[in-house]
Amino acid sequence: MKRIALLGMPNTGKSTLFNRLSGASARVGNWPGITVDLMSAKILIGGHIAELIDLPGLYDLHGYSDDEQVVRHFLCNNTIDLVMIVANSAQIDRQLSLALQIRALGLPCILLLNMSDEAKRAGITINTEEMSFKLNMPVVQISAKYGVRCPDALKAASLVLSKQKQHVDAEKISKQLQQDSNIEAEMEAIVEATVQMPMQLGDDLTNRIDKVLLHPWLGLPIFFAAMYILFQFIFNAGKPLQDGIAWLLAIFRTNALEPLLLNAPTWLSGLLLDGVYNGLGTVAAFIPIIVLFFLIMTMVEDSGYLSRAAFLVDALMAKMGLDGRGFVMVLMGFGCNVPALMGTRVMRSKNMRLLTMLVIPLSLCSARLQVFLFMTATLFTASQAPLVLFALYLVSFITIFITAMLFKNQYPNSEPFILELPPYRFPTGRQIWLRGWQEVKYFLSRASKFITIGVILVWALTHFPLDAAPASSATLAGKIGDCFSVVLNPIGIDSQLAITLIFGFVAKEIVIGALAVIYGLQGDALMHLMAQKLDWVQGMSFMLFTLIYTPCLSTIITLKNEAKSWAFAMLSIIWSLMLAWIVSFVFYQSARWLGF
Amino acid sequence: MNPASTQNLSSLKPGETALISNIDADNSLFHRLAALGFRNGKRVELVRCASFNGPLHVRIGSTDIILRRTEASRIQVQTS
Ligand SMILES: Nc1nc2c(ncn2[C@@H]2O[C@H](COP(=O)(O)OP(=O)(O)O)[C@@H](O)[C@H]2O)c(=O)[nH]1
Ligand SMILES: [Mg+2]
Repeated sequence: MKRIALLGMPNTGKSTLFNRLSGASARVGNWPGITVDLMSAKILIGGHIAELIDLPGLYDLHGYSDDEQVVRHFLCNNTIDLVMIVANSAQIDRQLSLALQIRALGLPCILLLNMSDEAKRAGITINTEEMSFKLNMPVVQISAKYGVRCPDALKAASLVLSKQKQHVDAEKISKQLQQDSNIEAEMEAIVEATVQMPMQLGDDLTNRIDKVLLHPWLGLPIFFAAMYILFQFIFNAGKPLQDGIAWLLAIFRTNALEPLLLNAPTWLSGLLLDGVYNGLGTVAAFIPIIVLFFLIMTMVEDSGYLSRAAFLVDALMAKMGLDGRGFVMVLMGFGCNVPALMGTRVMRSKNMRLLTMLVIPLSLCSARLQVFLFMTATLFTASQAPLVLFALYLVSFITIFITAMLFKNQYPNSEPFILELPPYRFPTGRQIWLRGWQEVKYFLSRASKFITIGVILVWALTHFPLDAAPASSATLAGKIGDCFSVVLNPIGIDSQLAITLIFGFVAKEIVIGALAVIYGLQGDALMHLMAQKLDWVQGMSFMLFTLIYTPCLSTIITLKNEAKSWAFAMLSIIWSLMLAWIVSFVFYQSARWLGF
Repeated sequence: MNPASTQNLSSLKPGETALISNIDADNSLFHRLAALGFRNGKRVELVRCASFNGPLHVRIGSTDIILRRTEASRIQVQTS
């Protein structure tokens, strides 16, 4: 099978073209020599099936950024039959250098001048025939977003593929790569002869919008207001959808699964219903949030506002070793950590991305908020409760700050902070849906197995041995709770609450449910009993610990998938456990010492 | 009177344009800047600066770019 790679500078529309050519058939593949995910798809070209690969963006074949190294490794370790170079027509005066570099490697290639729609609007005309002659490779001007002349691009590609007889050896490429070529003069000559640019450049509409959105005083307030509205929309619209899925799953359970398992032994029906089925339910609960998140994020990202956000908040973020795009994801983490972690993929520096992923699980997500709403209503008066919630949010911000400050030297960012500000664009409906669908597919294929296994494990811990009452101190979970009493007593957490913490490892939503099982009470009765058994200092300590100790199983699995490393996920767990214990300890002991 | 004065890109004022006269950067930064169109003799415009001493927004040819002050201070420009 022939192999075709899409290559070009960042933001030139490689992924848009990839999606245009492959439909929704893309999958994530592993490639020798590189550790990041690359999308690939099988496409039909000139009557043959070929494999199309979407490479990360690069500015320069000899560049030093993480993405540039990925592309170099890919070229040196995989044989490639055709490189489709994608360039932005409106910026061809500087992007042509990449085409010349690829040609110098001796790789068969064609040049696709994308965004013909924007170039036309800006009054830029390119003589593609002349350029093709000068470059000695086919040149086609296309618009990937609107599908203009994409079939012609495929035709040109198939011609090159059919003409060429043997593979280009990857080893030869690797040798070629070591020689730097001087191509600046050639680029200028070609541009001079083939491109006509109007004197007045720059998108007027974009300039006018930027005047407001990047205004020295208005910019930041607008940014925070916009983030607040998006946040409210994603998570308020997501809630009823999540509830709807939970409702459907519950109906299926009571009407179909439970009658079916009526005669099965208790342990088996428990395993299947409370283990496997609940595990699948945990996975399903994330689907609406992930879809909504990426529907909105695709708009924010494609519109070009995310880069503007980086401009606005960079002064505040740089000290923490983070950047503006990371900051947006941390903010989104306050809704749900899982899509926020997936969203960090927009960050191109690996270390900065890892640092961002390390702090996101510390943001107080809506699932934790539910636990705190219940606990504060139980232990505090109506006038105190909002203050306590506010304090918890504050603690969440402080732990994020401390973690970033402590780890920023471990994950030093070597890439210069230089970003392009694209003109404002609006994605098509097709682009938006495709993205939501791709991300959900990715999450399901990578995470569902581990999440289900985790839920089954916790079920087993809280139900074995079988003769013990579920979630009681006689179960394995209870024994584990006892083992940890040495460390949990000094922070005011008794063995029954310790069992809740084990449940809370799966998902924070089930903590209240776990309390109900453990105490055998529900609703107001449960609140009464807890108010009797816990004083506010213990309750607060428990909340602090719950806030920090670990987000949830799904977050951990996502963390591992995105970082491609169990070690990194472990680091995150161990760090948050330690931090949680220290914070709770300091709080509990000083409150007691002060006489509360 | 003062035909051409050399200064840092970061010391331009919003709205001012200048010609790049020298780029004094290590290899990785140099490559990146060159790929984005920063070359000797090119005209740059400082569009705006972010508040709190934040990054700069510059325009070079048809490309808008944001960069931090540390990186901008490596680019020498000439105002006429
Ligand atoms: N106007 C226009 N915008 C496009 C075109 N192709 C891609 N884009 C937009 O350019 C931006 C970057 O595209 P993307 O595919 O993510 O670029 P990549 O970084 O090269 O993968 C997105 O906002 C796209 O919607 C096009 O042909 N015309
Ligand atoms: Mg892309």
